[in-house]
Parts: sequence; structure tokens; C-alpha cells
Amino acid sequence: MTLITKPRKACTVNPLKMSQPIGAALAFLGLDQCLPVLHGSQGCTSFGLVLFVRHFRESIPMQTTAMNEVTTILGGEESIEQALLTIYEKARPRIIGLATTGLTETKGEDIEGVIRLFRGKHPEMNHVAIVPVATPDFSGSLQDGFGKAVTALVRELAEGESALLSGRVNVLAGASLTPADVEEIRELIEAFGLVPTILPDLSGSLDGHVPDTFSPTTLGGTPLARIRAMGSAEHTIAVGRSMQPAADVLCQRNGVPYTVFDHLSGLEEVDRLVALLHEISMEDVPLKVRRQRSRLEDAMLDGHFHFAGRRIAIGAEADLLAALADLFTGMGATVACAVAPATAPNLETLPADTVIVGDLEDLEAAARGCDLLVTHSHGRQAAQRLDIPLMRMGIPNFDRLGAAHQLNVGYRGATRLIFDAANLLLAHRPEPVPGSVPGDDS
Amino acid sequence: MITKVAEVLDEPGCEHNRNKSDKDRKKGCTKSAQPGAAAGGCAFDGAKIALQPIVDAAHLVHGPIACEGNSWDNRGAASSGPLLYRTGFTTDLDEQDVIMGGEKRLFRAIREILDKYDPPAVFVYQTCVPALTGDDVEAVCKAAREQFGKPVIPVNAPGFVGGKNLGNKLAAEALLDHVIGTQEPDYLTDHDINIIGEYNLSGELWQVTPLLDRLGIRLLACISGDARYREVAWSHRARASMMVCSKAMINIARKMEERYGIPFFEGSFYGISDMSDALRQIAGLLVRQGAHAALLDRTEALIAEQEAVAWERLLPYRERLAGKRVLLITGGVKSWSVVSALQEVGMEVVGTSVKKSTQEDKHRIVELMGQDAHMIESITPREMYAMLAEAKADILMAGGRSQFVALKAKVPFLDINQERHHAYAGYDGMVNLVDRIDKAIHNPVWARLRKPAPWHVAPAAAPTVTA
Repeated sequence: MTLITKPRKACTVNPLKMSQPIGAALAFLGLDQCLPVLHGSQGCTSFGLVLFVRHFRESIPMQTTAMNEVTTILGGEESIEQALLTIYEKARPRIIGLATTGLTETKGEDIEGVIRLFRGKHPEMNHVAIVPVATPDFSGSLQDGFGKAVTALVRELAEGESALLSGRVNVLAGASLTPADVEEIRELIEAFGLVPTILPDLSGSLDGHVPDTFSPTTLGGTPLARIRAMGSAEHTIAVGRSMQPAADVLCQRNGVPYTVFDHLSGLEEVDRLVALLHEISMEDVPLKVRRQRSRLEDAMLDGHFHFAGRRIAIGAEADLLAALADLFTGMGATVACAVAPATAPNLETLPADTVIVGDLEDLEAAARGCDLLVTHSHGRQAAQRLDIPLMRMGIPNFDRLGAAHQLNVGYRGATRLIFDAANLLLAHRPEPVPGSVPGDDS
Repeated sequence: MITKVAEVLDEPGCEHNRNKSDKDRKKGCTKSAQPGAAAGGCAFDGAKIALQPIVDAAHLVHGPIACEGNSWDNRGAASSGPLLYRTGFTTDLDEQDVIMGGEKRLFRAIREILDKYDPPAVFVYQTCVPALTGDDVEAVCKAAREQFGKPVIPVNAPGFVGGKNLGNKLAAEALLDHVIGTQEPDYLTDHDINIIGEYNLSGELWQVTPLLDRLGIRLLACISGDARYREVAWSHRARASMMVCSKAMINIARKMEERYGIPFFEGSFYGISDMSDALRQIAGLLVRQGAHAALLDRTEALIAEQEAVAWERLLPYRERLAGKRVLLITGGVKSWSVVSALQEVGMEVVGTSVKKSTQEDKHRIVELMGQDAHMIESITPREMYAMLAEAKADILMAGGRSQFVALKAKVPFLDINQERHHAYAGYDGMVNLVDRIDKAIHNPVWARLRKPAPWHVAPAAAPTVTA
């Protein structure tokens, strides 16, 4: 078991963490014809929106209940009602995801009660799903808010009692997955003749495509009807430990068995998934998939020279951290330091020398002497000061293009990660000079 | 706090406000965001935008992680030296702090910053949650100031009091209450000026300062682009001020006039004639304040020289840009200040937004574009998309929010708001702007993107709009 430390300091410096409400909003952005709403001051939405715009380089549909001093003190009922009606009138969404914030949670609002009252008053909106989720900014992190939103979605929307749909598989796609990752998982499952329902499905909405028309809501994602039918699937695949609570709900309420994958960014974990798909479908593992596996094996053979003995420092949300630490240590590198923005159950089993729940200041201090820094774009200043390469992983990635296309899962994703990390290490290798010949590691 | 908000909302210097009836004016600028249809940042965001460009100070956000964690190091203000302003500091309040109060944590956070980073000052930003639970940020800052002997400045602009513009003004009040007038410059000249409301985005200020240097005018303080804390602290010794962005920090300009007798004018660095006008007014005010009248001649000579160069550099673009149609969606001053340059190269402005513009801004638009000027009060993204998809403009110039509306309609886009990556101020900046327009419009991707895929059956691939 790894020792987890939390530095005793009053001031967070260079935050690694982002807040729960925007994590919830991100999950809602993976639903078809959805509009996420943050119940807070207009700034709560604006900051999240700008963050996602810069990361995905897409318009981000996201609204606010625009709480002010007065409405906060008097209670947000009216603001919620007005926001929902205005949104319905202007954007006609099928789903509205309503996430609370630090502001409204401090006031202590009963948001579910407010929605119940609203339902009674506005039957004209009965066909619009409204999913509330409590996500105070002062606890947890983006990944937690994302997880809570997914749990709220299956709890509110998945219907029980319906007949088992043969070949139907649920995928709970955790906060660490990119649109490209979601696409990869879909292709893998479909290769076995199975029909996946992926929740949320960022590959439909934020994969960076040019739609034929303008939409004030999300451009695609998991359709409402498919979420309702998730209770009838044969199996649930939860990607990321943070998806376990949602899988649990589907299991306990709808009887859908599940398997949790801590990540899908390494040979063993992907093998486990492929074996599971083989078992569920009773189909042979397709040739294409076998070939992808073989290529990953080759990448591991070519790559292991460059990882052996290297020291890597990682700052990321727990699920992503688990994926990267596992992959890199599995290649012979040492994870000298792993920093997570918030506590999570899987931190205890991380293969790292030290695990810190902290910020980028902690990561920078611990990364001295490391060969590679792996974190989101905010690590750029630290990497520069440390004079080591930065591998951009996670949200936000605002100073490089193609964040949505970054593939980190499946045999192909693991292959890419190995090559990208190795290339950064290679590019930063000092040239031999007389008196200091670096070890031959080619 | 409430009186402060009411005070800045009833700003006598604000043109919007001056044009209101007495009754409306009493209500102040209370336009509040509409639930479900609001866009834009909060007061805290505005305060941070206004003060963060003070580059050697530490900027500490007292609140839960959202306020700093979701937004730090995302503003494009450039520094010529210190980088501490790009370090994100926050008390990152947790549940315990919300229940028990966060004042102690705040005090300790200030001490940690002073110990580890030794900045000349710490700005402490209040946010919604601790404002609601009753953390007294002013008292904590006072205690820290007394104990550590360093300026620790409370910025009381929690997000829920209003929008960005109000936050700008509340930040300005913090400077007036705690910073301006607290230090003295080493020496004074007859040619010392302040520039107020310029944030040095993409280094724009540096397109202007060389011209001031050539005139022998010293920039005593910029509030707050590329500023050092001490410069803001001694800015009350300037002989004249220029207020840049019309409504952002008008209270600083006006109160510095009241308190220290520093006259100011409102001007812009965008557009060739505006830039000349700004230089002329700076020189005029300085001479009125006692500088030698020869400054006026030097200024006119510099203007003549710079304008000639700029117009000559713009000439080649005429051929390439004449007749091209621009849709300009921006705020206030920029709604007209770039128009003349665009017209000079033969471009047609098919519409300009006036949502944030004053009456005078609108007069200027009519002057430039005629009575038929298409002034757009507000435009939804859907309407904008429709306009662009129907090819009613060759380029959209707007803020980053609208970028993808234009791009998805396969129409060129140029960012002219705060996230832009190019500097458009001064004479060089305007040439730069026209050059970027040229590069955007004439990029070969448009022809390729607009050609339908070979298997496409419809005659054109122009995107359509459905309601």
C-alpha cells in the first residue's frame, strides 16, 4: 500500500484541481440534445465554459441560473424556474443537467425538491428530462463531479423491469476518457458484434466535427432513449474506478452485472476487456484486434529501452493517474511522484514512490531530478522551470491542438502513449560530450 | 460592500449613466444577468482581469477551487519581467472552512505566500462562498498588513454582485482605497503620464510605449498592464492620464482627477486616427499642465511620420481587400475605432454591434458608416450562424466565444477580444490587424472546405439553418 500524503499548507499554489460542477457539466455534454446548467453565479458557468472552449476548441452549450446576492439569500427557486423555462423556450433540449455549485450548496438548497415543485407547475416540460446533481465546489474535483452526474443520470433515467436486450452492453465512460477514447471503446465492442450504450458519449458531441446546422444544445452524444434502456443491458463495463458507483446503481436497481476497469491504457487491462467481450459475445477475437495487440507488444519491445530507469512525475485526476502510473512502471520507469487533486479509493494501490493529494507546486517540488513531467497544460510553467519535457495529459489542454483526438485507450491508445512519452524522453536526451557520455539506451 | 457597489454603479463619469433620467440613475446600473440566458463572467472575473496584470504582485483568491482552479493562467496579459502574476494562489476552501469559517486559513495563506515568494504586495480576492459565510476579508488583510508590514489588499468583488464590468470598477476601488498614493517615485518630470484601463494583452502596450519614448513622455504607471506594484502606488504623481477602455476603470480616472488634480481624457489605441488623437491629447494635456509647448510640434511631426508610414503599408492591402464585407461583433470603442482603418483599405462593414457602446460611440458609427449603418443591439449565436452561412459577410471579427460559430459556418474569423494572440494597438497594430484579415480571408482552406465531397449529391455544401 502506498503512503498518501497531503501537504499541510493553507495556500494551494498552481492548482491541479478543477471543480465538481464543471465535471458534472462535462458529463452532461456527452448527452444528445442536452444543455448543462450550473446553479450558481454567472461566473461559475463562464469559467467552465471558457475552460472547455479552450480545451476542445468547440462552442460549448452551457447555461447558468445567474444567482446574485439577493436571490442567493432568498433562495434559488425562482432563478431555477426562470432558467429552465428560458432554456426550454430558446434551445428546446431533451435533457437539462442541473449541477449545483459552492454558492448554492453553502446556502443549502433542496434542489430535488425545487425540481419536484417545478414539475408540478410546468407539465408542458414533462418530456424534458431534468437531472439535478449536488456538486459543491468545496469538495472533490472534476472527476468526482463527473462521476456524480453519471450516477445521477442512471439513477434518474435508467428504467428497470424491461426485458433483457441481448447483445446490449453498457459502457460508463469515466472523466479521463477523450472523445477519441470513447470512439475506440465503441469500435472494440462493435468488433464483437455487441451493441454498446456509452454514457456519456463525448465522441458524438465534442469530437470536433463540422455539423450541417447550428444547435444551441449539444451536437450529439448518448440519446435519452438509450439511457432509459440501460437497465436492460447484459453487462456494464465501467471505465475508471470513479464509474463504480454508477455501475453499482445499475446493478442493484436493474440487476445489470458489471466489471470495473481501473483503466484501459495497458496490455493487461485491455486484454481483460477483450476477454470479457469474447465471453459475453461468444465471438472469436477478431483478427484486427489481434493485430492491434501484436503492434502494442512490438511498441513495448521498442519502447522499454527508453523507459528503463527513467523517473517520471505525474499530476492528474485519480483515474488517469492510475492509467499512466501503471503503464509507465510496466515499461520499466519509476513514477517518482504522483499528485492527485483529490482523494480517491485507487490512490492506495498506485505504483508510485510517493502519492500526494496536492497541487502543481507539490508536483514541481517532487519532480526535481525527474526526466518527464506528465500533467495538463498548466504544468507548462513548471516544466520550463525544471527544464524537462511536458507530456500534456488530461483537461485542460489549451496550448496544443487536438485534445479531443488524443487516443489513450485500447491497444492502439497504449501504443500511442508509449511512443509519445518515449519520443519526449528521446528529444530531451543530451548529446554525448567528452567527459560525460550518457549511457547507451538505444 | 453594498454601499461600494451602489457607488460604483452610479458613476457620474459613465456616459451610459449621464444619459439616464434622475430616477433611473438612482437605480444605478443594475442590469442583472438573466437566468438561463446569461453569457459572460462575474464580478470576481472582472476584478481579476483588471488587477492581475500587476505582474510582480501575488494574486490570492479566497474561495473554493472553482474560482481560481478553473481559470488560472488563462488571461493574455504580457509581462516584460516578473512572472509571479501567472502563479495561481488560492485558499481552495473545503467543507470544513465553509462550516467553521476560512479567515484563519486565509491569514496563513498570506503568510505562506510572503514567506515563499516575497512579493511586493498581495491582492486578496473575495469570492461568493466566503462572502456568504461571512469571512471578513478586509479585517484579515488589515491584520496581515500590520503583522507582516507588507501591502495586503482586499479586493471585495464576489461573483454574485454582478458582471465583469462591475468587477473592473470594484478592483479600481481597491486600488484607490489601498494602493494609489502610498509610495513616491524617485523623481518627477513634466512629462509623466498614466494609462488607465490598458491590460497589455498580447503585449499591445509595447506597440505604444516606443512612440511615447520618442516624444520624451514617461509612462509613470499603466493601470494595470505590465505594471509593477510600486508604479501603481505612485501613479498619483502623474501630470495627466489617458483612460483607455471606455467604461472599465472610469472611477480611477475620475477620482484621481478629484483627489490629485490629474486631468484625463478618454481615448483608444485602436485605429490610425484614434492613435494620433490619443498622442495629440496626451501632449495637449501635458502642455496644459506645464510641459514645454514644443511637445505639441514634436507630437505632430511624429504623427505625420507614423500615419504616412502606416497608410503606405496599408496600401497594398487595398487591392486584396476592397469590397470584402466584415461583420464586427465587439464592444464599446472597438465598434467604431477599427472601422475607419477597414474602410481605408476598401472593406465594407456590414454590421457592427452596439450592445456595449455609448451614445457617443453610436454617433461615431453613423459618422463613419452613414445613417444606414447596420447597428446590431444583440445577436444570438444562431442568428450569427445564419448570417454567416448565408454568406452575408466575408469575415467575422469578434471575441473568442463566437469563433466556432464562424468556423462551423466555414467563414473566416479574427479574434479581436481578450484572448487574441496578436497585438493590434497603435499604428503597427492596425497594419497588423489588416494583415491578419488578409491572411484569414485569403487562406486557401476556404475554397477546399467549401467544395462538397465528390459523392455529395446536393449542388452546394453550404450549411443550412433550421430553426
